[in-house]
Amino acid sequence: MKFGVVVFPGTWSDRDCGWVIDQVLGEQLQYLWHKDADLKGCDCVILPGGFAYGDHLRTGAIARFAPVMEKVGEFADRGGLVWGICNGFQILCEAGLLPGALTRNSSLEFRCAWTNLLVERNDLAFTKQCSDREVISVPISHGEGSYFADPATLSRLEQNGQVVFRYCDPAGNVVAGANPNGSLHNIAGIVNKRGNVLGMMPHPERCSEAELGGTDGLKLFRSVAESAMRVLVS
Amino acid sequence: MKVEEIDEKRLREVALTTEEYRVIVEQLKRQPNDVELGMLGVLWSEHCSYKTSKALLRRLPSSGAGVLQGPGENAGAIDVGQGWAAVFKIESHNHPSAIEPYQGAATGVGGIIRDVIAMGARPIALLDSLRFGPLPASSHHFEGVVAGIGGYGNCMGIPTVGGEVFFDDCYAQNPLVNAMCVGLVPVHRLMRARAEGTGNSLLLVGADTGRDGIHGASFASVELDEASSERRPAVQVGNPFLEKCLLEACMDLARTDAVVAIQDLGAAGLTSSVAECAGRVEGAGARIDVSRVPRREKGMTPYHVMLSESQERMLVVVQRGREPEVEAIFRAWDLTSAVIGEVTDDGCLTVVDGRNEVARLPIALLTDGAPLRRLTGVAPAARASLDLDQLPPLVDAGASLLRLLASPNLSSRRGVFRRYDHMVGDSTVIPPGGDAAMLRVKGTRLGIAMTTDGNSRYCHLDPNLGAQLAVAEAARNIVATGARPLAVTDCLNLANPDRPEVYWELEETIAGLAQACRDLELPIVSGNVSLYNDASGSSPIHPTPVVGMIGLIDDYGRRLQAGLHHEGDFVLLVGSSHNDLGGSEYLKVEHDRVAGRPPALDLAREKATHKLMLEAAGADLLRSAHDCAEGGMLVALAECCMLGGVGVRCPALKPEAPVRVDAAFFGESPGRFIVSVASRAMPEMQTLARRHRVEISLIGLAGGDVIEFEGQFRVSIAAMRQAWEGDLI
Amino acid sequence: MIARVVVTPKPLVNDPQGITVKAGLATLGFKEVSDVRIGKYIEVRLDAASEHEAKQRVEAMCRQLLANHVIEDFRFEIETEASPKR
Repeated sequence: MKFGVVVFPGTWSDRDCGWVIDQVLGEQLQYLWHKDADLKGCDCVILPGGFAYGDHLRTGAIARFAPVMEKVGEFADRGGLVWGICNGFQILCEAGLLPGALTRNSSLEFRCAWTNLLVERNDLAFTKQCSDREVISVPISHGEGSYFADPATLSRLEQNGQVVFRYCDPAGNVVAGANPNGSLHNIAGIVNKRGNVLGMMPHPERCSEAELGGTDGLKLFRSVAESAMRVLVS
Repeated sequence: MKVEEIDEKRLREVALTTEEYRVIVEQLKRQPNDVELGMLGVLWSEHCSYKTSKALLRRLPSSGAGVLQGPGENAGAIDVGQGWAAVFKIESHNHPSAIEPYQGAATGVGGIIRDVIAMGARPIALLDSLRFGPLPASSHHFEGVVAGIGGYGNCMGIPTVGGEVFFDDCYAQNPLVNAMCVGLVPVHRLMRARAEGTGNSLLLVGADTGRDGIHGASFASVELDEASSERRPAVQVGNPFLEKCLLEACMDLARTDAVVAIQDLGAAGLTSSVAECAGRVEGAGARIDVSRVPRREKGMTPYHVMLSESQERMLVVVQRGREPEVEAIFRAWDLTSAVIGEVTDDGCLTVVDGRNEVARLPIALLTDGAPLRRLTGVAPAARASLDLDQLPPLVDAGASLLRLLASPNLSSRRGVFRRYDHMVGDSTVIPPGGDAAMLRVKGTRLGIAMTTDGNSRYCHLDPNLGAQLAVAEAARNIVATGARPLAVTDCLNLANPDRPEVYWELEETIAGLAQACRDLELPIVSGNVSLYNDASGSSPIHPTPVVGMIGLIDDYGRRLQAGLHHEGDFVLLVGSSHNDLGGSEYLKVEHDRVAGRPPALDLAREKATHKLMLEAAGADLLRSAHDCAEGGMLVALAECCMLGGVGVRCPALKPEAPVRVDAAFFGESPGRFIVSVASRAMPEMQTLARRHRVEISLIGLAGGDVIEFEGQFRVSIAAMRQAWEGDLI
Repeated sequence: MIARVVVTPKPLVNDPQGITVKAGLATLGFKEVSDVRIGKYIEVRLDAASEHEAKQRVEAMCRQLLANHVIEDFRFEIETEASPKR
């Protein structure tokens, strides 16, 4: 599995994702510069966290016009795996590859803390190593992670089972007290209808080593690494 | 030449005295023109020239094994082994933060990051030591500063892993924002900012130059008053995104050997960065053409360009002819760069505007010409004394504990540090909330511990002892993680030194700092002095030395943290307790008094205790360790229980006379740690303690969900957490 | 020409900043305030052959970049500058 990690000016989780892919997992790693409209044969493209373009105007608003994003869109259309983490999720929404938008945390504060996530889809390339309704521990670090979609879209997402992760308490109960940012329906991560484009606000690359506090994030990376999905060239 | 010809108002504008002007005219053998006067004004400001403190600072020890770079460069550097150097410095941004808290703090963070980048190092961590007036009156300062630090550091992707927040009346109009940055660089790539090589090009990169911050350096060198609000433009707006691109581009410069030096632009902008860079090379000079400086606004004069303090700019010295290589690296990150001048060998800073020469000053006059101020220190009237016999005895230790845990200076800081990204970089192995933070050096097993510490109340009562205690506390915080202290960066924050009692505080603070660092064998490799923290001359701050310290552990897998985790472990107090209630939080919170002498400090004993701790940690005897600091033993014990989720059951605390019960619970004697030890490790622990001649005593046994001192009090962990964290969810 | 663009959150979108500011106003004694919504004001200076052309171009700018149609509405006015800046 060849992982591509996109780098925009202002991205910084690229190095963390790269560390996990290269040093912890031992898989192939390729950094993809935002100006290059070339995915270099990667099987999974990661849009990592950071403040691409300083989050100026809106998070992800400018990044989504980068030359590499056109290729990412085409790749997603062909069924390629696209994984947006934090800022990456924001960029995917701005680019229209995922529905909805991420808005300012209801507390109006940046929040860096561990959260518990209920895994509601463990049949995806990203989550096969998780068990059904497993509670995993993954940290968040954002000021604008509150998921919003209009009622019709939200309803469709729920009906289609496109919500992958929800903020919950340690016992797996999806309650308001476990919601760190005011996201509608405690949504922490969603997937497109086809199941190949995942966006999530929490940072799995920050919990892939025991010494950093947990390894639940590694489950997601391993799931992708062992996925049999390959891009079909039409 | 008639010195009286110079307009008094003009001199005030550039914050120079008539005496200083006289010296300038003498040295130049002519009068300086407007641009030259402006340049000298900023370089001779206290902030840039250190004319009041320079002579005193020479007393600070700065050499030692492992020191790669001491004071004199943009930051200090220490060899941490395996080919790596740690680069670090602490700096203040107090005056701007008083006027515009968010941007003042943000640009302070930006500035210290650039200092580390200039050494060729990648910044890996930030820490912030903050002081405000009491809440809610100082909310404006507090909220703005915390948001500003987060806003800049988070956007840059550099984790903010530590620091402190203290509240005291004396900071109500003079908040203190001291930002520390730590970076890593392979030893052989450590850079210096020396303008070497006559004919080499000077390249300016980063933000366009605008009119912001002109005379910001002078602004920091005088007391704030009503007129300060007119100087509001002196606070710049930071652009962390631009600095992030600058950071990555500068890291990419390591790929080419065309770069001779990098210097950051901070206070006094282009003038100081060019002068300092050239000033480090004997006989070197520089020629700058202001017409080639990229500008943000129209209508800027050479004066504006040379004095602008626009943020996010760096000066790069490039080998002549190789500028295109360097410019290409900057272009890849969409950064504007321009060759604005060259290195000369005439020892002068020459400024031209296209064809016309606009200014010409000897570098030495700029960087070293400011006459050192000879002031006299006079000790103030004695501080309030503390007669222990008059102090009401402790009534209910449990109730006092809860009140202390809820008090502003001891309550949990989680509400603050969760607003900072402390995890980015995948290197934080000890997060904020304990003693020191620790980051790993990827690719090795090395761990770097880091902390900032200071206690201004102690310093108010005795600046010399207070400064020593700050060094000792920082060292203890490092030792509590299992790391050995390596080196120090210091930030001295004081009021107006023209007042004899404040100058005395400066002398005493430096003396105390010097003594403690010498005795604990800790070189001071960088630092900063901030004076004139005294709005309107009527609210001087307490002398506030802040000690930033880093330490090293060879295998971060062996690091220690503060929480109690194992039922049945022996909970011990390492070190001796005395009636040290002077200047304590207990005295302030429970009796509303600031009085007495700070705790006595025996540096030899302190050193022995640190050695014992590190040996015990090395022998795997310790399951947890926590430094005893403000609030004393019982507050530290409460933290151990809350952080680990396990309580402790203890026999009644009956200290040996003359030690009082209140002092035993809440006194702030230095050189003490609370550790937990498996029962089987006790004999070896006792042997070690005897060998180092350090007292250890049993507090109790870990277990349950309360702290109980038999017959004295019992408090649940839940109740403590409620007091300590309040409404934080 | 100058386009003065105002971008506001859609009615359905939660606006925590607006809520906070409303509470702040109430604390200051402005209890008659029933709602506060916070948006952005963007000034765009552009060359255009006519006001009509400017309107079309600015509309496109808003749709493509300046406003996120999922969570924001926009409106704008075009002004002809009396003396163009040099």
